[in-house]
Amino acid sequence: MSAEPPASAYDMGHKVETESLATFAILVDNEPGVLHRVVGLFAARGYNIESLTVAETDAGAHTSRITIVTRGTPQVLAQIEAHVQKMVSTRHVQNVSLDPNGVERELALVKVRGTGAERVEALRIADIFRAKVIDTTSQSFIFEITGASSKIDKFVGLMTPLGLVEVSRTGVLSIERGEETL
Amino acid sequence: MTAITTIEAETETESTAQIMTGAEIVVRALVDQGVTDLFGYPGGAVLPIYDALFHEPRLNHILVRHEQGATHAAEGYARSTGRCGVVLVTSGPGATNAVTGITDALMDSIPMVVITGQVPTHLIGTDAFQECDTVGITRPCTKHNYLVKNVADLASVLHEAFKIATTGRPGPVVVDIPKDVQFASGPYVGPGEARSSHNYHPRVMGDPGKIAEAAALIAGAKRPILYTGGGVINAGPKASESLREFARLTGAPVTSTLMGLGAFPASDPAWLGMVGMHGAFEANHAMHDCDVMVAIGSRFDDRVTGRLDAFSPGSKKIHIDIDPSSIGKVVRTDIGILGDAGQVLDQLIAAWKGARLKPDATAAKAWWGQIDAWRSRKGFAYRNSSELIKPQYAIQRLYELTRGRDVYITTEVGQHQMWAAQFFHFDQPNRWMTSGGLGTMGYGLPAAVGVQVAHPQSLVIDIAGDASVQMTMQEMSTAIQFDLPIKIFILNNEWMGMVRQWQELLHGQRYSHSYSSSLPDFVMMAEAFGAVGLRADHPDELDAKILEMIDTPRPVIFDCRVERAENCFPMIPSGKAHNEMILGEDAPDMGSVIDAAGRKLV
Repeated sequence: MSAEPPASAYDMGHKVETESLATFAILVDNEPGVLHRVVGLFAARGYNIESLTVAETDAGAHTSRITIVTRGTPQVLAQIEAHVQKMVSTRHVQNVSLDPNGVERELALVKVRGTGAERVEALRIADIFRAKVIDTTSQSFIFEITGASSKIDKFVGLMTPLGLVEVSRTGVLSIERGEETL
Repeated sequence: MTAITTIEAETETESTAQIMTGAEIVVRALVDQGVTDLFGYPGGAVLPIYDALFHEPRLNHILVRHEQGATHAAEGYARSTGRCGVVLVTSGPGATNAVTGITDALMDSIPMVVITGQVPTHLIGTDAFQECDTVGITRPCTKHNYLVKNVADLASVLHEAFKIATTGRPGPVVVDIPKDVQFASGPYVGPGEARSSHNYHPRVMGDPGKIAEAAALIAGAKRPILYTGGGVINAGPKASESLREFARLTGAPVTSTLMGLGAFPASDPAWLGMVGMHGAFEANHAMHDCDVMVAIGSRFDDRVTGRLDAFSPGSKKIHIDIDPSSIGKVVRTDIGILGDAGQVLDQLIAAWKGARLKPDATAAKAWWGQIDAWRSRKGFAYRNSSELIKPQYAIQRLYELTRGRDVYITTEVGQHQMWAAQFFHFDQPNRWMTSGGLGTMGYGLPAAVGVQVAHPQSLVIDIAGDASVQMTMQEMSTAIQFDLPIKIFILNNEWMGMVRQWQELLHGQRYSHSYSSSLPDFVMMAEAFGAVGLRADHPDELDAKILEMIDTPRPVIFDCRVERAENCFPMIPSGKAHNEMILGEDAPDMGSVIDAAGRKLV
């Protein structure tokens, strides 16, 4: 027992546990309001959403796949999984960050404004990162880059001094390597 | 993403499907689900369903006076029978008025199907008259909800709603039906042929490996305790029988949450009384000092645990629950068993017998010796008076004078609720209806209406407070209309007693807005409703008046004028542990016991 009084009656007393990022892959019935159910659950119970992607992935089975990146202690992450699993509209939920075979990718569109040497440098870095130029004017580029979130963070960091003006990111998508499915 | 998508129903080609209107489908589905009684209030957006009800003699509709009353009545009905409560209300204010009772049912795991009318589909989203986003509003306070935009889906949705409400961890399900869908014609399918669009299969059997592990852990315990909750009652009367057998086998003492009272008989020597903030001294100390805790259908609510980092520090914890998110939510569990309380108890009993396990007799003797020492502190003792009716005494007399009768008790929320839990004793499940999780003042009177509908011959008493009872008092009119002889036993201390108690103990006796000024004359109020009003001011007349209430075959409001200053003890002060419980005799020091951190808690 700690010597300090607890901050609240709901205090877990497990202060040693540290938070970590986790990615949840959720298969849900594609029906009206289902995204609200998931997002509402996170809001109501005070869980973070770092990123969220969603789209129908199987029209025949009426299922959508939601990928949520969140942050929490192991206890909170277990709670998130249990609460999402318990929703009637949920078919399957998995904390895919626990899976060593998990692959995670994110896509970003990055707009850089500039001329002269900075413009050349931006193009050169884009090439190193295997980013595609999808639009250009004499004053700007739009790059399309795919990869792990950390790679995109790095790319955005490098573009910032070179005239970065706008970023649009999809959020993380995940899938398992090999023949297994969710 | 899918907010504007409508699920197109597959066209029903079976010739066997009967074609009827949406309203007729609703009524037929209720009948086929075995519903006999429902609680509701008509309005523009449910008129077609009310029209269909007009022609259906198999459904007994109880007209309430406010939609909140309908939901609490349905809760009382469900809790006292184990069946699903059914509510029918209109759109807009009908639905929003029902929200309190829906949330109450979610918190206390009460099976309930609420059918709400909605404006016609072409008007949805236009701010039409009596339109509200019912599924949006009720999404976080239901187990599941539906907006049915196609009449072809209606029958299947209704049957699925009953399945979801009544299985797994029970809860409320809302089915929102636009008026044009009620008028439209579509195929009816029965419960057996209903298509489910969801992958909903709650697990009821416990994992055999964990069962064996748990049985061995309990057998090795020196100071075991069974900590049971509403889940045992929801699992049906058989689960209560199994609990009794398991307690006998293991020799473990039994305590329970507020919601679980009655699952284990209060007359059994192994019964410790209720656990928690105003629970029994012996129950809380036993919880604190036990070495193996078996939580069965209970959820470690903050009113039970008190200060969490000092909660039962030396025990291994086994948690049996049908809801996976309850296991490990607030307290770390050593063995979590997902399953129905009754099923898992039966599995544990089989495992215990199969392995020929025996409790440790020497350890049990010491443990029970310790428990008897705690019992001798008499934590519920109070100083009685020959001049004033003490609220505890009033409940004791009510209990003694109704003993042996077929009695059901509902309560409101506050001091009277805790005194009822302390001084009224139950030997059977489904006899005690109270708002535990949400703590809804105004629950008890309409809940009594619902209980009396289900048990017309029984004695149904709402133990009430003067403040709570005014929140849903209009349902007396419902009781009169439907000849429901409910008894409203008001412990009238002219205060919002629990608010006053907290202000006294924690806020320097600054009684901010907790005095019930301008109280109505409850006897005259009873008469105005057409009920019988009784009043007791003095302990000497209490028994005779209670007997008069019991013998009155009509609804009664009993104004029991009790000692105003009485507080509810024992009490675990906010932010304190189970073994720091304050008894009534220590009460004057309470303000100094609770520290600044404790004062911030609810």
